[in-house]
This record gives sequence, C-alpha cells and structure tokens, in this order.
Amino acid sequence: MMGAPLTVTVDGEPVPGVAGQTIAGLLLARGRLAWRETGRTGRPRGLFCGIGVCFDCLVVVNGLRDVRACQRRAVDGDVVETGISGD
Amino acid sequence: MWWRRGSAVTDVLVIGAGPAGLAAALAARQAGAGVVLLDASDQTGGQYWRHPPGDPGADEELRGSLTADPGCEIVTSAQVWAVGRREGAPPSVHVLVGPADGDGRSARVLNPRALVLATGAHERTLPFPGWDLPGVVTAGAAQAMAKGERVAVGRRVLIAGAGPFLLPVASSLLRLGVQVAGVVEAGGWARLARGWSQRPRELLSVRGKAAELAGYAWELARHSVPYRTGSAVVAAHGTDRVTAVTVARLDQDWKPQPGTERWVAVDAVCVSHGFVPRTELGLASGCAAGPDGALVVDEAQRTTVPGVYAAGEVTGIGGADLALAEGAVAGRCAAGAAATSAQLLQRAVHRRFAARLEAAHGIRPGWTAWVTDDTTVCRCEEVTAGELRGVLADTGTRGLRSLKLTSRAGLGACQGRMCGRSVEDLMRQAVPGGPLDPGRTEARPIAVPVRLGEISTEGIP
Repeated sequence: MMGAPLTVTVDGEPVPGVAGQTIAGLLLARGRLAWRETGRTGRPRGLFCGIGVCFDCLVVVNGLRDVRACQRRAVDGDVVETGISGD
Repeated sequence: MWWRRGSAVTDVLVIGAGPAGLAAALAARQAGAGVVLLDASDQTGGQYWRHPPGDPGADEELRGSLTADPGCEIVTSAQVWAVGRREGAPPSVHVLVGPADGDGRSARVLNPRALVLATGAHERTLPFPGWDLPGVVTAGAAQAMAKGERVAVGRRVLIAGAGPFLLPVASSLLRLGVQVAGVVEAGGWARLARGWSQRPRELLSVRGKAAELAGYAWELARHSVPYRTGSAVVAAHGTDRVTAVTVARLDQDWKPQPGTERWVAVDAVCVSHGFVPRTELGLASGCAAGPDGALVVDEAQRTTVPGVYAAGEVTGIGGADLALAEGAVAGRCAAGAAATSAQLLQRAVHRRFAARLEAAHGIRPGWTAWVTDDTTVCRCEEVTAGELRGVLADTGTRGLRSLKLTSRAGLGACQGRMCGRSVEDLMRQAVPGGPLDPGRTEARPIAVPVRLGEISTEGIP
C-alpha cells in the first residue's frame, strides 16, 4: 500500500507523486531516467545503484545540494532542482 | 519515527537491520542483553526484505518482537559515519540520525560493550562500454524500485550478469507488467551444472531455497522469457539513454567470443555480477579481512578485534538464510552466551550453499576483454580504462593508493565502491605480481560522505 497523493516542484514544474516514494522513484515513475550532469564531460546520469552507494542520482532538495534521490523520500511541497553538475 | 528510546545501557550494538542484524538483535535479547539496533534506511528489513512504507513487510515477525520489547531500541535513518578505536574494547560508534543527506541530523555517539556488524553488501557491476548511460541500472536498483515503490525501471528490459539474484529481479519486473527481453547469465551450462549438481544430498537441507529458485524458473518459462547462459551484455548503446545492448557468448573465463554478438533493443538493462561485502566499518575498527575482502570471523562470529562480531554478507556472500543463521550466532555470543548446536548446524548447512554459489557464478578474469579503452571505469571521476591502462603502463605502479592519486579513479563521492574491485582486477592483469596493497580500495575511514557542518561540533574521531 502506497500513501497519500503529494506534489513536489521539480525545476519549477509541479510533479505529482505519492507518500512513500523516493524522489528517484517519483522521477522514474514519470518516465525520467536522467537528472544530473557529470562534472568532467557533462554526461547525463540518473538512477544507477538504487541503494545509496553510487551517488549518481544526486539532486538539490529545498536548496540543499548533494542529496541522493534514491534515499530521500519525497515530502509534499519539496522543491527539487536537477541538472546540477557533480563537482 | 526515527528512533525509540528503550534501555539506558547498550550491552550490544547491532549495525544493520537486514536479516543478519535482526536475527542478531533478537538472539542478543533472548540471551538477556540490552540491545540498540541501527539502520541507515528509514525502515528495517535491509535490501532483502525491502517493502513499501506502510506495508507490513516480510521482516514483520522478527521486527515485531523487537519493537514490542523495551530492552531493544531500534533507530532507523541512523547513518554510522565513523568509528573511533578503543584499546581492548569495541570502537565508539558515531551516528547521524535524520533524513538521508540532511543537514540538521542529530549526532549520537555509542560506546557498546559488544558490537555486531551486519552491514550487508552492495552489488558489483563490471564496467562495459555504455554502462554509464541512463537506463543502465544495477539489478538491485530495479529490485529496490519494484519492491519498495512498485515502479518499473523500463518497459522492455534485459537482465544480465551472474548469479541467482537475477531471477527474483525478473520476477518482480514481470509482476509489474514489464516485458523482460531475457535473462543473460555469464556462467556457462557446464560450470552451472558442476556447481549446482555436486553433492546433491546437501541440496535437500536447503530445499526451501531450491523450491524458490524453481518457482522463478517456472515464472520465466510461463512468460516465455529466454534464459541464456554463458553470455553477457558487452556493450550498451544510445546517446542520452540506452536504446539497445549487445549480447555476446563468453568462453569459460568470461572472454567474449568474436562473431557471436547479437543486438537487443531495450529501454533499460539491469546488470549485476555479484556482491561486495560492506566492510568499511569493520576495517576502520581494525578487523582483518580475508582474500575475498570479507571480514574474517571465528566459530562465534568474532572478528579479530575484541568485542566486535560480524554476521551476514559482510563475512562473505551467502544469501539471507546464511545471514539469519550467522546473525543468531553472533547475537547470542555478543551477549555473552554460547551458540546452540542447532544454530551452528543451520550455519554450516547454509555455508555449503554459499560455496556452491561462488563455484557456479563467481566472476572470471576474461571480462576485462570487453572493456574498451574508452569505457568509463570510475563513474564519479569519469576515468576510462584507457587512462588507467596508460598510468599502469607509464608508471608500472603496484600501489592501488598511488594509482588512485595519479588517475583519480576511486576519489569521487562513492569512495571507490563502484569501481574499486574493477580497478584492482585491471591492475592485476596489467602489472606482474598485481597490487601490493590488495583490498586497499575498500578502506574508508569516513564511512560515508557527511556535511562538515554536521560534524564540526563533534570533530572526527
């Protein structure tokens, strides 16, 4: 059983999700595979390990950088920024 | 709820609330010790018993008896980031409690009389050209999203790598309505048959597991999912996401056989070649590791450091049943009691099963033949195999630390977790004698990246 509906803002756009989803799960459920660019070559990255060890899926949450999207549960009203380069 | 306060005195501290940690906590309580159980996730169960929040989860029975017990404090969202060694005693354990990667987590230091490390394992994915494209994920990521959030990583998905773990991942995806384009196992039939058919009487004692695997095989057949052995994904294709993969046949050392390549269109591929024990807290505590990188333990699950025990995948990859058996022994012994003969028998049975897994599915050295010079090896610092091979040829270094500092491979945010063993394998093949400091890529004195603001008041132990 997943939880109640919620809305987060991703790069300025409202995105619906449900309580219990991680930010990675919420993006993936919307068909999005990549949400970061690498520091050296600007290549797209998104979910890879899914358990918090690879640090590929980093996003900015409520102004806080370097949050692992696969580990952070979405909270209604969260402001998420993507496309931030790694370094 | 992040944490719940129970006993005042920590007799036994258990790090990791997967099968091994839950079993250890329960056994330690039954032997009369006060227990604190920590997990970095916001729920118990570990990777194996992952479930959506609000669902009871398969760890319900174990967890239920612990949550109802005032002598056990369960602290979730508890990230252990360092340990401080103490002479003749288990180390002090430094914890941040709060949402993952937050900046306002509360710090806590625990000084247990006995410590049980049940930190589990993460997947090992061998690099191949294009493995850094979006849509290429570990099998564990696909499983975590499927089991934890009912989200599928793609619509047409290939699952590849080595080991029985590929089968439950295929099953989870099928249940979400995903078209599984195939399951590709690197181990060849001859090796699989040798590994799985020797000493058939032993399999009777693990028939629950055999039935589980047979169930998955039936599910694949029912959905007409091809299961191909002796083959691997040797490249992923696409520009900003994966659109296809190349599958090739392997020889018995996992070297691709030229002319056997096949193109398979997919929108995601899940890859897992095995597991790596998460040993950093043990190594930082001073515990010895064996040649396989796992923590060395004795009959009582004691590590080489007084008062520090280890159980589950961190002592060697063997699956959830072995983790439960080892956890029960570790918890009882950490509480000062002796393991029962029934516990020891359970452990022996499941250890033999683990040896069978390694014989049938263990990584073979020929995989480096599919790694082209422009293949990314270190995903964080984007260091290619060509760059690594260049540094090895130019310097002839046999030091993994020196290779890391010269090439930057392993210096990124994942702290070498994704590339460490692959870098070691590449050095082993490029430099006669191999690394002088094998296992060096798994030492991490700071166990996870933390924000300076969160630890500045406390300092580094």
